[in-house]
Amino acid sequence: MIDTLILTLDATMRVSTPLIFAALAGMFSERSGVVDISLEGKMLAAAFTAAAVAYLTNSAWLGLSAAIMVSVCLAMLHGVACVTFRGNQVVSGVAINILAAGLTMTLGLSWFKQGGQTPQLTDAARFSTIDFPGAEMMRDVPVIGGIYSEMLSGHNIFVYLAFLAVPFTWWLLFRTRFGLRLRAVGENPKAVDTAGISVHRMRYAALLCAGILCGFAGAYISSAQNAQFVRDMTAGQGFIALAALIFGKWRPLPVLGACLLFGFLDAVAVRLQGVEIPGLGKAPIQLIEALPYILTVVLLAGFFGKAVAPKAIGLPYVKER
Amino acid sequence: MYYTTNFIFTGLAVAIAFHVGLFNIGGEGQAYIGGLGVGLLCLALDASVPGPVLLLLSTLSAALFGAAWAFIPGWLQAYRGSHIVITTIMFNFLASSLMVYLMVNVLREPGQMAPQSRALAETAWLPYMHDLFAAIGIEFERSPLNISLFLALLCAFGAWVFIWKTKWGYEIRTVGSNQQAAVYAGIKPARVMLLAMAISGALAGFVGVNEINGVQHRLLLDFHYGYGFAGIAVALMGRNHPIGIVLAALLFGALYQGGAELAFEMSNVNRDIVVVMQGLVILFCGALEFLYKPLIANMFKEKTA
Repeated sequence: MIDTLILTLDATMRVSTPLIFAALAGMFSERSGVVDISLEGKMLAAAFTAAAVAYLTNSAWLGLSAAIMVSVCLAMLHGVACVTFRGNQVVSGVAINILAAGLTMTLGLSWFKQGGQTPQLTDAARFSTIDFPGAEMMRDVPVIGGIYSEMLSGHNIFVYLAFLAVPFTWWLLFRTRFGLRLRAVGENPKAVDTAGISVHRMRYAALLCAGILCGFAGAYISSAQNAQFVRDMTAGQGFIALAALIFGKWRPLPVLGACLLFGFLDAVAVRLQGVEIPGLGKAPIQLIEALPYILTVVLLAGFFGKAVAPKAIGLPYVKER
Repeated sequence: MYYTTNFIFTGLAVAIAFHVGLFNIGGEGQAYIGGLGVGLLCLALDASVPGPVLLLLSTLSAALFGAAWAFIPGWLQAYRGSHIVITTIMFNFLASSLMVYLMVNVLREPGQMAPQSRALAETAWLPYMHDLFAAIGIEFERSPLNISLFLALLCAFGAWVFIWKTKWGYEIRTVGSNQQAAVYAGIKPARVMLLAMAISGALAGFVGVNEINGVQHRLLLDFHYGYGFAGIAVALMGRNHPIGIVLAALLFGALYQGGAELAFEMSNVNRDIVVVMQGLVILFCGALEFLYKPLIANMFKEKTA
């Protein structure tokens, strides 16, 4: 029993990683007042780039940097559309998602000729796992040993990075001047403008952070969690991350909790495939998979707690003349 | 033309929501559930009810299911203030989870592995265009095009009448352009929003009629793929006006078909290139409208000057 739980939690860590990155990306963007539906598209593009570049250069790190670059480019496109040209942020986000889906498939097909997939990556082109010191020795110690060696040790560097990124984001957003300004831009851009800070520049900076984080998320999916890129690889994880962001009310720690919860649900759904639950019969996996969405909708409807978005979200800022 | 039919439906659906100032990304899910409505009804009644009545009923069923699926996010937006974009996205995913569950566990044809229902009886099939034309003596190439195209055109005309010629349409446009003013004029924005969303969902649901009654003749997974999102592009391109939407839908239908043809001709191009175009269209029509508006406006100014 306890072993099963530990294994499930182990899977939770792995599944939650891209969610954490993407949700933090969304946090930067939305806290600065830019709605970001394009998390999904950025992740997808980054996943494709990471796999393609890693395959061609045989280096996972080059893949990661390329992924970040592509993701940032898309974020900047979003910025040009919504910040500079004051377009509709939702429309722009949808456009980027569709663009990413189309481009990854088209390019993948014409470059690798494998039905939109990239070839399998060799171990050299992947991010390998990190074993904690003493993990092997600890394996036989009951409970604690299992937790240490199974759950905490033996993940990719990304997994640890994701968990480190949360406190870092918190510090950046809530304990630095940059973060204060960024949050202010999302709440009351006019005040920030009056104080002589460029609203547009702040929003671009926020989108830059979001792009970098989505690059990490995408690269993790294709070159660490898996060893190739396949069509529509992100499969709605960007939207789950968005749900987690709302569920965590745009605050770092609760968002981390939401990501872990959704990741846990996902891991449980995989484990429960075809398992009989006493009293219920077979668990409908689809129901468990749909839980994040249901929970988010319920929360948004204000049935428990209230999710309050940053005030100026979705509004392009126009300087008074 | 067969693609065009779907695009008209989803394009109109998005447009009606736009007029009330809401952005319906849920066309995807609503189309899916609309198809479910068609499928359920036909599976239940195709043995007992004569053809024309059955088709009418299944059309209504599609509208009803699609409308219900759009109504819930609409209600949440109007009365609980939760953002419609987020909820419709969530509902898209919920729709696909629900369908997977139903297809695998409830509606699967006995003895079959594939997650699809049994074929519908012939009475539930919409006549194909080529059969229709053959009946009046014109030889026509075989295609999946069926008479739901007429339904689509009818809807387009209906939408135009509805938005510009009726009291409700006026209310919808008022709420869309200025909620405060609408309140002072004695219009209840929440109710108008609900109405618009329900109609929007019903229109999206009609995709199910074209797909299930018209082409697939059975209920299966992912028959709606991408039409909901394409509808956004179509609506933006058609500037939310029914005539524009029909034209834009025609263009996209041609693009889709052309993409399929291209994939035959050249090995390294496939239909996904159309998806790229969709993205670009949405980007330039929707998000970057301020980019070239001044330019075009200036062009016209110079001509008159």
